[in-house]
Amino acid sequence: MSGHDHDHHHHDHGHDHDHEHPRLSDLQLRVKALESLLVEKGLVDPAALDVFVDTYETKVGPRNGAQVVAKAWTDPEFKKRLMEDPSTTIKSFGFEGRQGEHMVVVENTDSVHNLVVCTLCSCYPWPVLGLPPVWYKSAPYRSRAVNDPRGVLADFGTTLPDDVEIRVWDSTAEMRYLVLPQRPDGTEGLSEAELADLVTRNSMIGVETVAYPPRQEAAE
Amino acid sequence: MNGAHDMGGMHGFGPVEDEPVVPIFHGDWEKKAFALTLACGGLGQWSIDEARYARERQPPAQYLDNTYYEQWLHGVETMLVEKGLITPEELESGKAAGPGRVAALPADRVFKALQQGSPYLREVANAPRFAVGDTVRVLNFHPTGHTRAPRYLRGHVGTVVMHHGAHVFADTSATGDHDTAHHLYNVSFAADELWGPQNQGGSVHADLWEPYLEPV
Repeated sequence: MSGHDHDHHHHDHGHDHDHEHPRLSDLQLRVKALESLLVEKGLVDPAALDVFVDTYETKVGPRNGAQVVAKAWTDPEFKKRLMEDPSTTIKSFGFEGRQGEHMVVVENTDSVHNLVVCTLCSCYPWPVLGLPPVWYKSAPYRSRAVNDPRGVLADFGTTLPDDVEIRVWDSTAEMRYLVLPQRPDGTEGLSEAELADLVTRNSMIGVETVAYPPRQEAAE
Repeated sequence: MNGAHDMGGMHGFGPVEDEPVVPIFHGDWEKKAFALTLACGGLGQWSIDEARYARERQPPAQYLDNTYYEQWLHGVETMLVEKGLITPEELESGKAAGPGRVAALPADRVFKALQQGSPYLREVANAPRFAVGDTVRVLNFHPTGHTRAPRYLRGHVGTVVMHHGAHVFADTSATGDHDTAHHLYNVSFAADELWGPQNQGGSVHADLWEPYLEPV
């Protein structure tokens, strides 16, 4: 089943959908007009706009969270601090600030699997995961994660045993949640850096597990 | 408010479609909508809750039809006008009638501002009403203003599993009162309690402020 019939405008990768061109060009004009108005009024520094975009395109993203996870897998003392005082411990990497002021880390085990959502908007731990993907902010995920988590996991090809308790964390306040996935079997000989390379964005949201060797798409 | 944004438990939106980590933005207009929202937020004239409420107040059909950065664009335009930083005429024409009343956040202060964020933890005089392990019920209430108590939890019974301290209260923060704070708890609800016994088990956790809760 394809969802492209209802959400094609979420995924404009340059496809030609004739009926949406007017909307896209309207948006481009609307944003451009707002930008020039705000710059003219001195309310926005145009150079600042580039810094915001560059920060989340090149500096802050899921590789940050992957470093935290890999260290937790290899250093029990660090993991203890991470679970007890996540905000301070994550800050020690320099990962801090906007949309990550107050952190909670939830650990996957053989009996519990955690899944993070924001049903009301798009709350997401920016300092460790960067900006959320389109699907995280979309109606299908926000509506179903809380009452059909196994169905959502299946959309990502993830199947868990029936006796695993699924805990869904709805980010309704300013607490931000990071999933500590399970370290996959067979990784005993890997370095911390090699382990970090296995940790995907999706595994830290909780829609998939970490695989070794990595699944094809995780290697991208 | 019971708006279209409050999506937990709704049906009919179809499957979730995964996407790769990059690109982060889909088109230049998304980059601009994102950066303008953060740059204007950096003017310090409104809270994140006021910005959320501006997005939520859209007519439900419009909210559901928008892509995500269209929500943000609508939100920042609304806040700029409501806070008197631009006039509706300026927004319509794209031409400035005069200089802005506050100064832009300069580029060299952006990274520091992002690193500082906006911590929500506050000191309050009153002791927490609930403790970890307490059984609580979410009020059956339907405020027309901003709230972070999702509809799917109202009237349901859960267990307090964490006390996060006192945080700025979203409901009043959305009205421009950025100081009022209340104790914030993480409450665990059995999936059966929320969705009925035919459900797949497990639990849903949410962070709920003290005024949303009553003892059971």
